[in-house]
Amino acid sequence: MIGNAPFFAVGVLFLMGLLGIFMTKNLIKIAIAVTILGSSVNIFLVALGYRTGGTIPVHFLAGEGTTMVMPTPQAMTLTAIVIALATTALLLSLIMLVWRHYGTIDVDEIRRLRG
Amino acid sequence: MRPLSVVVRTGCDFFAWFMIVFGVNIVLHGYMTPGGGFQGGAIIATFLVFLLVAYGGKKVLSWANETIYEILFEELGLLCFFILAFLGLNNSFFYNFLAVPLGTVSSGILSIFPSSGTTALMSVAVGIEVTGALSLVILTMFKGIRLFIQNPPEEELGHDR
Amino acid sequence: MNWNDHLPALILIIPLFGAFIAPICSLGGKTARNFLLVVISFITLIVAFMLWRHVLANGISYYVMGGDKFNLSLPSGMALPVRIILEVDAFSAFMALCGAIVSFAGALFSVNYMNRFSGMGRFVSLYCLLTTGMLGMMVTGDIFNFFIFIEISSIASFGLIAFWRDKPTAIEASFKYALISQVGSMLILIAAGTLYGKYNMLNMAAIGSVLKMGTMEKLALVFLVGSLAMKCGSFPMHMWLPDAYAEAPTGVTCLLVAVSQASLYGLMRVCYSIYGAAMGSSFIPWMIIVFGLASMFFGVSMAVVQHDIKRLMGYHSVSQVGYMLLGLGVGLLVLDDARAMADYGFTAIKGGVFHIFNYTMYKALLFLTAGAIYYATGKRDLNEMGGLARRMPYTTFMFVIAAAAISGLPPFNGFVSKLLIYESSFAVHPFLAVVALVTSVLTLASFVKVFQTAFLGPEKNSLAKIQEVPAAMLIGMAVLTAAILGASLFPSWTLSTLVEPAARALVDQSGYIGAILGGGM
Repeated sequence: MIGNAPFFAVGVLFLMGLLGIFMTKNLIKIAIAVTILGSSVNIFLVALGYRTGGTIPVHFLAGEGTTMVMPTPQAMTLTAIVIALATTALLLSLIMLVWRHYGTIDVDEIRRLRG
Repeated sequence: MRPLSVVVRTGCDFFAWFMIVFGVNIVLHGYMTPGGGFQGGAIIATFLVFLLVAYGGKKVLSWANETIYEILFEELGLLCFFILAFLGLNNSFFYNFLAVPLGTVSSGILSIFPSSGTTALMSVAVGIEVTGALSLVILTMFKGIRLFIQNPPEEELGHDR
Repeated sequence: MNWNDHLPALILIIPLFGAFIAPICSLGGKTARNFLLVVISFITLIVAFMLWRHVLANGISYYVMGGDKFNLSLPSGMALPVRIILEVDAFSAFMALCGAIVSFAGALFSVNYMNRFSGMGRFVSLYCLLTTGMLGMMVTGDIFNFFIFIEISSIASFGLIAFWRDKPTAIEASFKYALISQVGSMLILIAAGTLYGKYNMLNMAAIGSVLKMGTMEKLALVFLVGSLAMKCGSFPMHMWLPDAYAEAPTGVTCLLVAVSQASLYGLMRVCYSIYGAAMGSSFIPWMIIVFGLASMFFGVSMAVVQHDIKRLMGYHSVSQVGYMLLGLGVGLLVLDDARAMADYGFTAIKGGVFHIFNYTMYKALLFLTAGAIYYATGKRDLNEMGGLARRMPYTTFMFVIAAAAISGLPPFNGFVSKLLIYESSFAVHPFLAVVALVTSVLTLASFVKVFQTAFLGPEKNSLAKIQEVPAAMLIGMAVLTAAILGASLFPSWTLSTLVEPAARALVDQSGYIGAILGGGM
């Protein structure tokens, strides 16, 4: 049961991010919630690769251990972090442009497209 | 942003240039130690953040040349990456034509990138590219703030509101 | 070196190279940049056509990125495939051909449409990146690589939808799309991670060969179906689609139509080739059918009351996606029942696949004609237009062809694909065919309204001085018109050469798996 603690953390963080997107009224807090969502998925991917008693998955530096942790989820996580960075940069730039046009960053006021 | 006090500016002088060396270290040893292209490039890009916080926006924007970041760093990195991937096309795209097998020890100039071949070189190319790209992102987002406070927004002529 | 072997990689290399080289080319001026955009799109179209011919002649074609040989998927006697493998069967090649045609038409259109805007070097770069992402989604055989290409096309489209930075509605539309898209992409990544954690493989064919339905696989399937249906624009998650399609520059909207179809391709690849025979209960096929019915009905009823021409077409997109989900869902429902499959299931899949081709062509053409109207008159509201047929004859002609095709009028290709969907969904339950027919009638009503208001009738005073759009835009629209007329005048050739191999490849899960696992030296 204690070995499943990272996955409980993933669930809690994912729900926090999702609730943040639905409930807050400030656009910047929505962007922060999206970042928390991305971080939870990254923790999930890294925790998937762990093998009990494993060591670094590099032949030169592994030492005497025979089990290695899986390196593929680590590569997946790196890629997901880069993508989340690009998305966050774009979201923040869009928020700046929204402030310039509407004068406010409250979600309820930004509704010119409807119907 | 206004320039901060002498203490902050001295600290920035001491650390900002060191950040570049540290970032280059992470990029170059990326094939063996934790790090690599993207992580090292993000560290090198914090050089501009240091300068922006300590010296204020007006001085940095008049000093930093955006074209160098875009053409020299970003384009050079992208084109190096693409050419390295393209050169292996005899076998397949992205083929590692510089790799040596695990057991052999190479000597001379070839021992710099042992057994990892094009992955280490691609990591360096990605590091250069990410430096240029993230520096450009920081400069553009900072200029966006100043634009709204001081000048009226530029008009696009292509359509009406 | 045989170029035919490297075609699956070439179709990704060429737009990627165009995207990387665009900032340098834009230093050479406007002509160099436009030339680069058109040339890259044209070469991509040629490579997609050659890839389609190659796959039709030689069966499934796969490519190992970075391998010792281009087709060595199982090196030195390993039992599972290593490296990222691109796998192109007839369905992928068919979709890549649709996407490449639309990208070429949009590029030709954007040459003149965007000539009053600044920052065009970045536009060309983002447009080529969006093309790369779309084509990558269609040819890849690896589920994490599929996520990467979805993200590449999403990030490029965030920037492109907000490209008219002066319009507040464009920024709002792009922000809304960015939020929904990011949540959906994170769900796809969780599903990919779940499948990796259970089976220790990322290759789609390899997962398909060892999949057994359990709790984790059901979770992954639900996340994948939900997120990919969101990206196509089906009913409960369609809120972003009319806004994003209406506010983007028109060449970009034309390409976004094809990008949504790539997500539909991903949905079908997951359901038919990864899960396939292991799907078990018929809950997911019925959910897809229900999504299809709801999208059809709610899309067209929201479209009838619109008076902004591009927003109206965006809601029609939602309803047409419903047709494809209905056809492909009916096929999925009877996938394990051989007799029902021969009776009506295969017809449903053929109808769905043919409708993908038809929808991509006529919807892109409709958006381009709406963009041409906006370029010539400066207006998007139907209340302010009238009598455009006298001054813009070519645009009117192409609009009539596209509107007749979307409404399902008999000589055109829309009728053929809708008939296939009607007759196969009637065999499942008559109510499905009734909803599809009612939607078709309402679509016809909506487009008669648009044609009457915008093109016929007396000319308004404010529109006295407009003229026909420039030649490059007309050529872009003519490419799509030629595709629609070709499919309309030769329906049996189109069905047997274009659609049937694609439908057969979609149903054949064992062929998809066997090409990679039985491959290698």
